Amino acid sequence: MTFSRRTFLQTSAALTATLSAPTILRAQDDVIRIGGLHDLSGAIDSSGIPMNQAMQYAVAQINEAGGLLGRQVEAVTYDPQSNMSLYSQYATQLALRDKVTAVFGGITSASRETIRPIFHRYQTPYFYSCLYEGGVCDRNEITLGTTPAQTVAQLIPNAMNLWGKKVYTVAADYNYGHITAAWIKRYVEENGGELIETEFFPLDTTQFGSTISKIQAAKPDMVMSVLVGTAHLGFYRQWVASGMKGEIPIASTSFGGNGTENVMLTPEEGNGILTAFGYYETVENEKNAEFREGIKAFYPDNPPVLGETSEVTYEAVMIWADAVKEAGSTDRDAILEVIETGKSYLLPAGNVAIDPLTHHAVRDVYIAELRDQKMDIQQKFEAVQPTDTQMVCNLQETPDANVHHEISL
Amino acid sequence: METSLRTDPGFWFMTALGLVLLFLGPLFWDLFQIMQITQYVVLSVYVLSLAYIWGFGGILSFGQAAFFGLGAYTFSVAAINMGETTFPFVLAFAIPAIFGAALGYFMFYGKLSDVYMGVVTMVVTLIFWKLINHTAGPEYAIGDARLGGFNGIPSVPVLNVPGDAQAWLDPGQMFQVFMAILTLLYVLLRILIASDFGRISMGIRENETRAALLGYDVRRHKVIMFALGAGIAGMAGGMWATYQTFIDPNVFSLEMSAKALIWTMAGGVGTLAGPIVAVVLLQYLSLKLGEMHILNNNFILGGIMMVLVLLVPKGGLPTLRDGIAALRVRGSVRRSGTPGKVAPDV
Amino acid sequence: MDYTIIVFLEILRAISWLVILAAGLAIIFGMMKVINFAHGEFLMLGGYITIMSHNAGVPLWISMGVLAPLVVGVFGIIVERLVIRHLYGRIIDSLLATWGLSLLMIGGVTMVFGNTVQGVSTPLGSLSIGAYQVPGYNLLLIGIAVAMMMAIWLVLRFTSAGLIARATMQNPDMAETLGVRTSWVYMATFGLGSAVTGLAGGLLAPLTGVAPSMGVNFVAQSFITVITGGASMIAGTLSAGTLLGTISQGVTFATGPVYGDAALLLAALILLRLLPQGITGRIFRKSL
Repeated sequence: MTFSRRTFLQTSAALTATLSAPTILRAQDDVIRIGGLHDLSGAIDSSGIPMNQAMQYAVAQINEAGGLLGRQVEAVTYDPQSNMSLYSQYATQLALRDKVTAVFGGITSASRETIRPIFHRYQTPYFYSCLYEGGVCDRNEITLGTTPAQTVAQLIPNAMNLWGKKVYTVAADYNYGHITAAWIKRYVEENGGELIETEFFPLDTTQFGSTISKIQAAKPDMVMSVLVGTAHLGFYRQWVASGMKGEIPIASTSFGGNGTENVMLTPEEGNGILTAFGYYETVENEKNAEFREGIKAFYPDNPPVLGETSEVTYEAVMIWADAVKEAGSTDRDAILEVIETGKSYLLPAGNVAIDPLTHHAVRDVYIAELRDQKMDIQQKFEAVQPTDTQMVCNLQETPDANVHHEISL
Repeated sequence: METSLRTDPGFWFMTALGLVLLFLGPLFWDLFQIMQITQYVVLSVYVLSLAYIWGFGGILSFGQAAFFGLGAYTFSVAAINMGETTFPFVLAFAIPAIFGAALGYFMFYGKLSDVYMGVVTMVVTLIFWKLINHTAGPEYAIGDARLGGFNGIPSVPVLNVPGDAQAWLDPGQMFQVFMAILTLLYVLLRILIASDFGRISMGIRENETRAALLGYDVRRHKVIMFALGAGIAGMAGGMWATYQTFIDPNVFSLEMSAKALIWTMAGGVGTLAGPIVAVVLLQYLSLKLGEMHILNNNFILGGIMMVLVLLVPKGGLPTLRDGIAALRVRGSVRRSGTPGKVAPDV
Repeated sequence: MDYTIIVFLEILRAISWLVILAAGLAIIFGMMKVINFAHGEFLMLGGYITIMSHNAGVPLWISMGVLAPLVVGVFGIIVERLVIRHLYGRIIDSLLATWGLSLLMIGGVTMVFGNTVQGVSTPLGSLSIGAYQVPGYNLLLIGIAVAMMMAIWLVLRFTSAGLIARATMQNPDMAETLGVRTSWVYMATFGLGSAVTGLAGGLLAPLTGVAPSMGVNFVAQSFITVITGGASMIAGTLSAGTLLGTISQGVTFATGPVYGDAALLLAALILLRLLPQGITGRIFRKSL
């Protein structure tokens, strides 16, 4: 094999040009920059795009009201394309190059665990807004989404009262599914019920015929679903096709969390599914009416579907902005101290406060039934504590903690 | 050293470039650039594993990700259990190499045809991917290391100085170690390719039957090459794990296998430098695309791939080289065979 | 007893499902030795066409059985003319190009249709077998798989188009010499294969969630069925579908879906070791 010298000079010129591309520093000190990392393409863009829209909307609202500390807020957003190595690169870039004052983002637990240690290392406050399995213990992260102890604890007794005591669980085969399934088992047994069986499905499973037959044989009073993603929508569809609708009811703490699944099933398929989350588009209060109308008007062409993940992203920016205002600075420690006072915020989802011990949200939880693609709210529980994470985390005793505990029951 | 290698300016240039970057790079780059370039270095090691067996042995593997992932998981599990990283790093080479040898034995002694071989390697990767995704429960642990299923293994240890488990390398030092590995690997592979072993490999690539008739043990030869490629891919996986400090089942994904193929194709089959350049350019592109919000990124990447295959079928470096050769020769009859040529049945 | 019938039906359904999924790919591979890596996205396109047209008011059976195959078939012909045509005889290149195509289609469909669309319910209701209920749609799938294989066999065996196709498959140069425009044959084959895939996508729509990235869930299964089956379209697809469908669904019933999938892959691997040219490389060699 031979190479001519010229070939190589050209190749290497291209190479070095790439490597040493000059850093473009956007050193404008008249704006406050925050970072956004949501998947805008790839398999979970249906969650990421509305979250990003909610964040941009929050920034626009803040700026319209005059900005913060007399400065405008600018969002630097990247699309990690559902790719973990891009997540870690952009996180490093946001912290070191863009020098943002706070970061909002991460959807799956895998992506959060990729970027959380990075922001911890570089001391950039990080807000995580997705429901997840609980257990993060890190003073640098503010976790606003619901955890299983918040939703499962309300949903299980409620559903068991309605339908009966024999429960069959179908869950996604990953961390969130396993931990939520363990909580389901615990609450079913605490409430005097019986858990017949728990089955796990890889995230790409589309055919549920054999499981549906097994459920028919087991004859439970209700099915608890912790299924996740579009492939798993096949379960609900095939369930109806097997004539099981109306025979055995379904409850879920994962269905419709980002507000998309309820729109993807037809009303005949979805009606009657009982869910529990920290926010629904249908929550009735003044703040939510304002938020709902406002964001739809802000995106007239492509209004985002609203669900817990997108509303909580909006919350996160608002809580951060409140802390900046009160602290009079964008400094990390000053912001965290304000948030750690445990003050309560009135937001579209209701009242939200941050538990100083875990940095998780203490929030209102709703139970709703799906009716014609809308979540019809049945019940509201106020100020529900993240008791799962509280079992393993105490940031006042260990302020330097930097772990994701696996909560075992 | 063979004369052909000693007089090849490209070889000396690449080696020198590697050494210059190795020593001077960390002086000029900021932390972010170092992290970025370290990634290109790791993926370059990975792409060399395929560029070598495909370009210089005619073995097409759709399953380099199986070895990459195996190396990554081997390293992570071993490092978490042992508390140091030197021996795990050796394991990240050895275990995939042994597995590659076994799989190679199964395929080459079974006389699988090329297309089917591609599929077998792909299926093996898929099996790994399925099974590792299934390890979310607490019962799946090897020693202290939980496999973690879909979420993967967080906090994989950073490389430490051999013998001293507390002396972690900082990003600049890690870059230097990895760059040294890449440069050394390049030099060793070029020496291997220029050696008798390498000539036989190319003889087999061009015509397997002829090589066998000349008395070479084609099957054994292919198994050795394949195992070597597997080991290199595994080592890259180990580097990837410690570079990212976490690992998830995506290391076993079809996409990871495909990327190795795309980079090799784009850079030119039958070269080592071309695929490395392709890694840098295409990874940089996908990073830049994520910063801009023009069109859907899948749309752009897919489009680029199709255009590359249609317009630059031989790959970047050979096309460039041919173009320059054509300019220089200007219609004279001298035509050399394309080194990038792949046996028509591949 | 009822349970045995259910298990048997489910296995039959799994086999039919593999056959329907793989048929389009098998036609293209058997005829042209081109592996269409965008197969999953062709399925996805079929699914999208079905639900988009159904939501726009077209009756389900027409959008599923006519529109989906038609549109995807035409799309396939365009792809063949623009891309595949240039890559005959270059398996790897065509693989990479269709891989690029699959990314392009995922991105394109996301931009055009968005990633959250309402799906369609499974038609046909359910029927009771003892204490169990199964979707009537499953029986339709089994019927369609049989009809599909019959139709391909009849066309290949008894029509002049089938004769030309078989001739081109056996010896393209000879066919060309005898006046067959092989490039047209290839174009038609690719179009037909795409149309069959479009139909499969349409049939899939009422079974699962439809999203731009759904293709990846199906590509491995269809791929492996075709390769394990070997070069003949009908015998290969049928035998591989039967074998793999039975194994994976049997294991799924006994343990769970993960081991079902793994068993399918493992079976394919062992089969390829024993029969390196696929099942029809050794058995049913002369069949279509």
